[in-house]
Parts: sequence; structure tokens; C-alpha cells
Amino acid sequence: MLHTILFYLFAAVLFIAALGVIFSRNPVHAVMFLVLAFFQSAVLWLLAEAEFLAIVLVLVYVGAVMVLFLFVVMMLDINVERVQGGLTRYAPLGLVVAVVMVFELVQIIWLRGQANTETLGFAATPEGYSNTKALGAILYTEHVYAFEIAAVILLLAIIAAITLTMRRRPGLKQQNISNQVAVSAKDRVRVVKMDAESNS
Amino acid sequence: MAEFLQSLMAYWESFPADLRFVVIATMQILAVTICVILTVAFTTYFERKVIGSMQGRIGPNRVGPLGLLQPFADVIKLLIKEVVIPQKSNRFLFVIAPLLSIIPALATWAVIPLSDGFVIADINAGLLYVLALTSVGVYGVILAGWATNSKYAFLGAMRSAAQIVAYEIAMGFALVGVLMAAGSLNLGDITRAQAGGLSHWFILPLLPLFFVYFISGVAETNRAPFDVAEGESEIVAGFHVEYSGVAFAVFFLAEYANMVLISALTAIFFLGGWASPFEGWSFLGDDSLLRATSFFWLAAKISFFIFVFFWLRATFPRYRYDQIMRLGWKVFIPITIVWIAVEGVMAWLHVGPWARLAS
Repeated sequence: MLHTILFYLFAAVLFIAALGVIFSRNPVHAVMFLVLAFFQSAVLWLLAEAEFLAIVLVLVYVGAVMVLFLFVVMMLDINVERVQGGLTRYAPLGLVVAVVMVFELVQIIWLRGQANTETLGFAATPEGYSNTKALGAILYTEHVYAFEIAAVILLLAIIAAITLTMRRRPGLKQQNISNQVAVSAKDRVRVVKMDAESNS
Repeated sequence: MAEFLQSLMAYWESFPADLRFVVIATMQILAVTICVILTVAFTTYFERKVIGSMQGRIGPNRVGPLGLLQPFADVIKLLIKEVVIPQKSNRFLFVIAPLLSIIPALATWAVIPLSDGFVIADINAGLLYVLALTSVGVYGVILAGWATNSKYAFLGAMRSAAQIVAYEIAMGFALVGVLMAAGSLNLGDITRAQAGGLSHWFILPLLPLFFVYFISGVAETNRAPFDVAEGESEIVAGFHVEYSGVAFAVFFLAEYANMVLISALTAIFFLGGWASPFEGWSFLGDDSLLRATSFFWLAAKISFFIFVFFWLRATFPRYRYDQIMRLGWKVFIPITIVWIAVEGVMAWLHVGPWARLAS
């Protein structure tokens, strides 16, 4: 009972947040609505007892991806007028995408309904069952190749991004800390002994 | 009297289980939150005394005996000051930003095991929850900087955001080492894995990770020597330039709550949390208080790390911004990756203090 009430409450907030992403005029507000939407989906996953996925969603999307998003959006000087024109211009494309997504979802729900008609909800997990452990076990045994390939692709993306943006400007003064630490007084200061000049 | 208590218990039992759970959880949350806020209040006093004595001053000594009521005087002063909201600021985000930084700082305490058996939410993925919430705290700083509509605040926010994102990775990798050693993501289980006295604590086999974690924690909380986000000499006060009164007090509270939190987490991950350092000393007798696990050991460890925060602040000059970035990306992350590999190989080969971690 409590479960159902909470589900509908969080789902309603998720829905409103998703609408807010589309309709808010200020891009920073839109990003914050998106953050709220991610949070709400994480909470819905928590209700379904998928705590690992829920927390990773917050950790990765809210904690890292959206922060960088916010970074970019804040730096932009966005013309509100033009953005509003975009809403009507891109509406047909968005509608097509939405229709495709709804179609796919209906397919999945229909397939599930065919498979077992009795249990539409999630089965309760047994006592002492750890979602994280189960995921880790399957990820590192059955799907280890796919997992490793994904890791390599991500590494490739990191290296590519760094190489694309790293450029050495000529004449740039850079600090080399190991050189600084390794320096000795002899290289820097020369002590000269000389007699005092007599000024007579 | 006993009859009255019994009838009270029966009345309590007559409530539905959900309601009873909600009432108990709310009371636990209130108790922990109030304790954290009081700790924060006295942490400010502690800081001023510590830094005062390090600089050859007395520190606060006017309000109350030994100046002990100084934090309350400060709070009352901040409460009755006017909150000025800049005209060209984004009102809603300006007001909500301090809340966004205090909520994660307090919410993380839900999974911190304060003593053996007392934790508000004993969840399996506790360590991930801690990581997720500490990374959410950055929104308060960024939004404050942007909503203020001031160059100084924006620069401060950008600096702090880049710094927090950078050091979070090193922190996460350091915690990978901890969870490899403990074999669990539950903070209570991590503490229990370190039972058995000083030599069983993770600080010994994971020494580099301990330093990386604590220094990254200092950087995450924007404390000196990593406090470029509010570098007074360059950008006035950074992201909270325009905040006054209660709004500023909330930022202040969040910063100190985060500091206490990082201290608590370091104590739990590397120093055995509530465990006693003398647990293995059997000559003290079986029922010696020194060997028992208790909340006071955790409190002592937390106090020590808070002291280290102030010690660092009184000792080191502020890092330059590019040096902070270099330290985070080019020094800490490689150290953690190398040490995870070392830990894995050593535990696998059963060498030295790592042998215990293998099971």
C-alpha cells in the first residue's frame, strides 16, 4: 500500500520534472529539472530493490555527467528568443522519436504479459540477497568479454578526447615540478669572496 | 508504574508496522542530525582555539566560560542579520543553493555506523551511497556561483566544481582499495572487517590510499590549503560573496558538516571506526573498557582528523590552481591505481599484512 503510494508520488514528480526539462525557458533550470528527473528515476529503482543501479545512476549521471553539462550550459550565452523558435521547429522530429519509444515500450510490456500473466510486479528478493553482489558475479563471469570491451572503448574515448584537446602553444611557460624539487643551491647561487674596497 | 509502561507499550504495538517504522526512523534521524549540528557548532570553536594556539593567540574567550558559548553567539548574530538577495540574481536558485549543499552533507550520516549496531539505514551499498551523495554536494556551490550573477562568485564556483570533480575520482579509487580489502560495500561490515586491534586496521596495508583519501577529502571540502574556491586574495570569498545572514550560515554549516563527515569516513574506512586500538592486548583483562568497542573510540578518531584539518590550515599556504589540478590528476590517481594493483597481487600471494585480506 505504502509502496504503491510512494511509487505514484515519485512517478508524478518524475513526470513533472521531465516536462520541466522541455518547457523551462532558462537552460540552467532545464538542467536542474533533468537532475531532478534522474534522482526520481533512481528512487523508483530503489523501490524496485535495484539499489546498485539506483545509486550508480545518481553517482554517474547526477554526480558527474550533469555537473559537466551544467558547466557548459552556464558558460553559454543563450539567446532565449532563438531557443523558443527551436521548440516548434524540432517538435515533429521529437514526436517521431516519442512515437518510436512508446511503440517499443508497448512491445516489451506486451511480450512480458505473454510470458507470465500472474506476476506483473517485481518478485520480492530473498533475505540477505545483495543486488550489488549478484550484478558483480554475472558481470565478471558470464559477460566478462563484453565488459572488458566496453572498458577498452571507454579508455579509447578518454585518450582520444585528451589528444584532440591537448595542444602545446609555443612560448608557453610551464612549471616542471620535479626540476624545481631537484634543484640544488649550487646551481642558483654563487658565493663570491672578495676583499672590501678601500675608498681613500 | 510498570503497568502504565505496559499499557503504553501495548498502545504502541497497536499502531501499524509502517507507521511505527516511520516514527522510529524520524526520531533516529532527528537525533543524529541535531548531534551533527551541535558538533559543527563546537567544531568552529575548536578551530578558532586550535589555530589561535598555533599562532600564539588565545582565541575566543569572551562569551561564556572559556568562550564556550561563542558558537551560539555567532549563530544568533547570523540569524538576526538581513539576507540580501542581489537584484540581478536568479532568486530561486540563489535561495535553494545553500540547501543543496547542506542536504547531502547531512543525508550521508544515514549510513554511518556510529557504534556497533547503531546505524539509521543499514544498506548493502553504503559505500556507493556515500560516494553518490558527496558528489551531489557540488551542485550547491555551482548554482550559488551562477545564480549570484557576479564574476567573482562564478569564478569561485568554476574552480570549486573542477576541483571537486577531479578529486572525487581519486577518492573513489582509494575506496576501491578499501572495498577490496573488506569484501563489502556495507560500512558496518567494513568496520567489522578491521576488528582485532591496531594491526588489523586498513591503514597499514592501505597506507598510500589512506593519505590519498584524506587529502582528497580536504580538497573536496574546499578547505585550506585547497580553498581556491574562496581564495580571499583573488576572488573575495568565491561562490558565497553575496550571501549574508542565514544563507551564509547554511553554507558554513555545510562546509563544517562535510569536514566532520570526511573525518568520520576516514576513521571508518582506515582506522576501524568504533573499534578499540587495544583490542588485541589480552593482558588488559577480558572485560577491560579499553578493549571494548564503543562510540567513544569513533568520536576520538573523528576529533583527531578534525584537528588535522585545522593543523593543515594553520600550516600550509594555499596551493596555486594548476598545482591543485596536477596533484589530483597526475599524482593521486596514478598512486591509487598502482596501489590497487599492489594490494591485489600481495593479497593473492599472501604476503605481509595483505595476507589477511585475501580470504
